[in-house]
Amino acid sequence: MSADTVISCKNAWKIFGPDPEGYLKTLPAGHSFDDIRADGYIAGVKDVSIDVSRGEMLVIMGLSGSGKSTLVRCFSRLHDITGGTITVEGQDIMSLSEKELIELRRNKMGMVFQSFGLLPHRSVLDNVAFPLEMRGQDKHARRERALEVIKLVGLEGREDYFPRELSGGQQQRVGIARSLAIEPDIWFLDEPFSALDPLIRREMQDEFLRLQAMLGKTIVFITHDFDEALRLADRIAIMKDGAVEQCDTPDQIVLNPATEYVRKFTEDIDKARVVHAGVLATSSDNGTGDPVDAKASVQDLARLLVQDTRAIIPVASDGKIVGGMDRAAALEILLEAS
Amino acid sequence: MADVAGSIKNDTVGPAQWSRGRVALALVAVAVFLTLLHYAGLLPDWLFRIPESMIPPFAGWLDAIFNFVKDDLGLLKLTRTLTEGLEWLLDVTANLMFGKRRWPHIGPIPWTAVAGVAAVIGYYLGGWRMAALGAGTFIWTALIGQWKIAMETMSVLMVAAPLAFFIGLTLGILAWKYTWVNRTIKPVLSVLQTLPFFTYLLPAVIFFKVGPTAGAVATTIYAIPPMILMTTLGLQKVSPEVVEAGNMSGCTKWQLLRHVYLPSARTEILVGVNQVIMLCLAMVVLTAFIGMPGLGAKLLAMMGSFKLGRSFEIGVTIVLLAVMLDRMSKAWVVKQPEHFERGTPWWRRHAILLTGVAVFVFFCILAQFVDLAAEIGRKQNFSQGKEIDTLIKGFLALEPVQATTGAIRYVLNVWILNPFRDFLLSIPTPAFIMLIVAFALSLGGKKPAIYGAIFFSLVALSGWWDRSVITLYSVISAVSLALLIGVPLGIVAARSEKWSQRVLLACDTAQTFPSFIYLIPAIMLFGITATSVVMSILIFAMVPLIRYTIEGLRTVPPEMTEAADMSGATRMQKLWNVQLPLALPTMAVGFNQAIMFAFFMVIIAAFIGTQDLGQELQRTLAGTDLGKNFVLGICVSLMALTFDLTIMQWASDQKKALGLPD
Ligand SMILES: Nc1ncnc2c1ncn2[C@@H]1O[C@H](COP(=O)(O)OP(=O)(O)OP(=O)(O)O)[C@@H](O)[C@H]1O
Ligand SMILES: [Mg+2]
Repeated sequence: MSADTVISCKNAWKIFGPDPEGYLKTLPAGHSFDDIRADGYIAGVKDVSIDVSRGEMLVIMGLSGSGKSTLVRCFSRLHDITGGTITVEGQDIMSLSEKELIELRRNKMGMVFQSFGLLPHRSVLDNVAFPLEMRGQDKHARRERALEVIKLVGLEGREDYFPRELSGGQQQRVGIARSLAIEPDIWFLDEPFSALDPLIRREMQDEFLRLQAMLGKTIVFITHDFDEALRLADRIAIMKDGAVEQCDTPDQIVLNPATEYVRKFTEDIDKARVVHAGVLATSSDNGTGDPVDAKASVQDLARLLVQDTRAIIPVASDGKIVGGMDRAAALEILLEAS
Repeated sequence: MADVAGSIKNDTVGPAQWSRGRVALALVAVAVFLTLLHYAGLLPDWLFRIPESMIPPFAGWLDAIFNFVKDDLGLLKLTRTLTEGLEWLLDVTANLMFGKRRWPHIGPIPWTAVAGVAAVIGYYLGGWRMAALGAGTFIWTALIGQWKIAMETMSVLMVAAPLAFFIGLTLGILAWKYTWVNRTIKPVLSVLQTLPFFTYLLPAVIFFKVGPTAGAVATTIYAIPPMILMTTLGLQKVSPEVVEAGNMSGCTKWQLLRHVYLPSARTEILVGVNQVIMLCLAMVVLTAFIGMPGLGAKLLAMMGSFKLGRSFEIGVTIVLLAVMLDRMSKAWVVKQPEHFERGTPWWRRHAILLTGVAVFVFFCILAQFVDLAAEIGRKQNFSQGKEIDTLIKGFLALEPVQATTGAIRYVLNVWILNPFRDFLLSIPTPAFIMLIVAFALSLGGKKPAIYGAIFFSLVALSGWWDRSVITLYSVISAVSLALLIGVPLGIVAARSEKWSQRVLLACDTAQTFPSFIYLIPAIMLFGITATSVVMSILIFAMVPLIRYTIEGLRTVPPEMTEAADMSGATRMQKLWNVQLPLALPTMAVGFNQAIMFAFFMVIIAAFIGTQDLGQELQRTLAGTDLGKNFVLGICVSLMALTFDLTIMQWASDQKKALGLPD
């Protein structure tokens, strides 16, 4: 575990059922999800090992019921894991006392819930100020801060509304604002933009990236939307039946799917948009002529790839040549997409 | 009902059911045989009724236990100490509401101020109509000259209802939090809910002084159970994600309860509040039996001396109070918070509160100068008691009316009720128990049958068998008559949406009336006679029957009636073959409630003069026969529980068999 690992999850299990601990102890290796279900248990999280480093944005994807929300709930200890260890900032969260856990949540963690989890009897302002109130901040200060984040999510003028008087998207933004109020270092987002319209969704994503660049938060983000994942993710973890099938950069996931499932899952994605020049700079020969930017996607380079005649094109990152890209391989990806 | 049950069961379950029917049949056969033997004079006496010498002195044992708890364990000291605190509270509200000479020596609050504030609260909760209801109720009460007695009742209600609320809320939270509390409380609650209210009264009198204090205690205890249940239910229903949001906001346990759980369970808790208020009102009227002054006592006195006009007026007051309290508390349940536009000035945000205070102060000042605004004197009220009395009595004395009521009374008594009663009394005890067991077995199965056997054997051993049978007879005959009238009414009403709504509303309203009220029309028509007892039970029991018949029929899934329509069924065929069988489980719940109501009412009706347990119960109230009071109360409770277990088991089995939701 490097010094900059914020969340480290080792062989974590979360089993639902009558006696999960007892069951896990007697569980033979290699038991599949369906075998476990046949025994009357559900493996919400199945032997997951994953590390999240500081400032990273990890996106979790997977079909409905694959255990995404459950995994994130284990990270924040809303669920007690059945087996394995999860450490956050070097502390084993299962060993935290109630008081320490409350402290951790009050100061370090924020979470946006899939179905919002707003308090129905509190106005927007009071909902957003809720975590601050629990921390015992004085009324004036928390009002100030709440108004600030409400403005950030674009809900100005609706501070006094009650959740039931808001649309789904607006409610979702209240949830986002609430989780932002305490400026968490670690931020869990469970499909935070699912109820937003495309325009606001895009705006929120941009806002997100800005915040991320500025504050360097560690973010675990769940989404069903691949475009969103590509825009935001440093790494993507793909889950199936409680287990992480593959966790890697977007380029690697589409170029080298670890399992058949991942290949199927990413089949319909336009690879040219995902794969970057930097990843393709594998040739030992650096090539000659004008370099292309490592951050440019194959699609961005389409015209150049078709018109250029060089076999190897140099790739530069921050003005330094990092390697050469095989033009034929890049063309292959471009053509496969269309 | 039994054979429908049998037929459906037979299809679905098979041989086990068949043998159940067999056993029941065998039991009936033995019972018939024993009865015939008795008629032939061949049955030995000890098989007809349990001989006196074999009856254990339950009452004496219970008395000994009570005395031990009371004196040796010092419970009496404790309760008398509690009494002092309660008495102080009651004195305060008594002073405020009707000017009893006690600290804080401010009251009485002028009636105009109370009516004004009620109107403002009504407006806040439900607009102008509710405001009119609130003000109207109190204006009527004052003008008709019942202000003082109504306020005597209200002053106890104002203490008992909040007390029941807090105790119920606390116990509800504990039961939700700790499973062992839940497991202890559950059975106690189900017994408490079938115990006749009389059983609450005497202990209250013995442990707490006679009068308002004992009344308040009995009322409070009576109203606690639904509050516990609703609180637990509400807390269990809070969405897990809201709780998780609270956790992630760093709530401590206490903060989570205070800021997340309780506010999110608001709806259920307020429904509990509604039930607490209504039960308190029902009970506080009944505390007249232990000498608590107020509307109930006055009504009791007026009915006792056959002053129909005044009884009627008091009845109207009680009904108005009930409707007002019910509507307002229900409006509170559905009232959701609403935001004000930004920049709304302070006084506008609190407009209602300010108006309320202003109205109150205005009338209080006005009352200093205008006597009428403070109090309506004896000679100034508009009571028409005498006139109504003459009117009703004149009406009853009319030839055709007298002939009709006389005929009904005659037919009912001579042809139906008395023969039925004598028949029931002529059945030997063991045969009677067998019949009950056969009934429970064929409907509900083994478990209710076993309980029925134990419960009725206990009743037989209590030494009050004959009176229990008479109680049962009143219940059965009244409920059967109620079935004959109520079910067809329900079926007719269920035909149209409009009428269903209207009748359901009427039933809902009628259910909020304190049970005492149902005596009034019965007494008006049939005087103080045994027929009145059956009539009052009949009216009271009809309400749930109509209600559940309509509900059962209206909730039959439309696909099914459509399928019947497409098969070319006539209306009658559809009713008999599709709607009624599907509605039957729901109707059974109504039937069950009707029986429970009847057991409840039969004891109140004892006031008119019957020979059943109710009358013995009322007699115990005069003395300090705590043991006997409990034995009698438990007899009623055991009989009611047998029916409850059997019918509810049947209804839930049927629902499962028909694939209907519970
Ligand atoms: N509290 C619980 N008790 C029992 N089973 C649970 C519980 N929470 C989740 N599960 C089960 O765990 C599995 C994973 O659920 P989870 O909510 O993590 O799915 P998800 O990937 O978030 O799906 P979605 O995309 O629909 O949100 C599901 O099969 C679900 O039924
Ligand atoms: Mg989820």
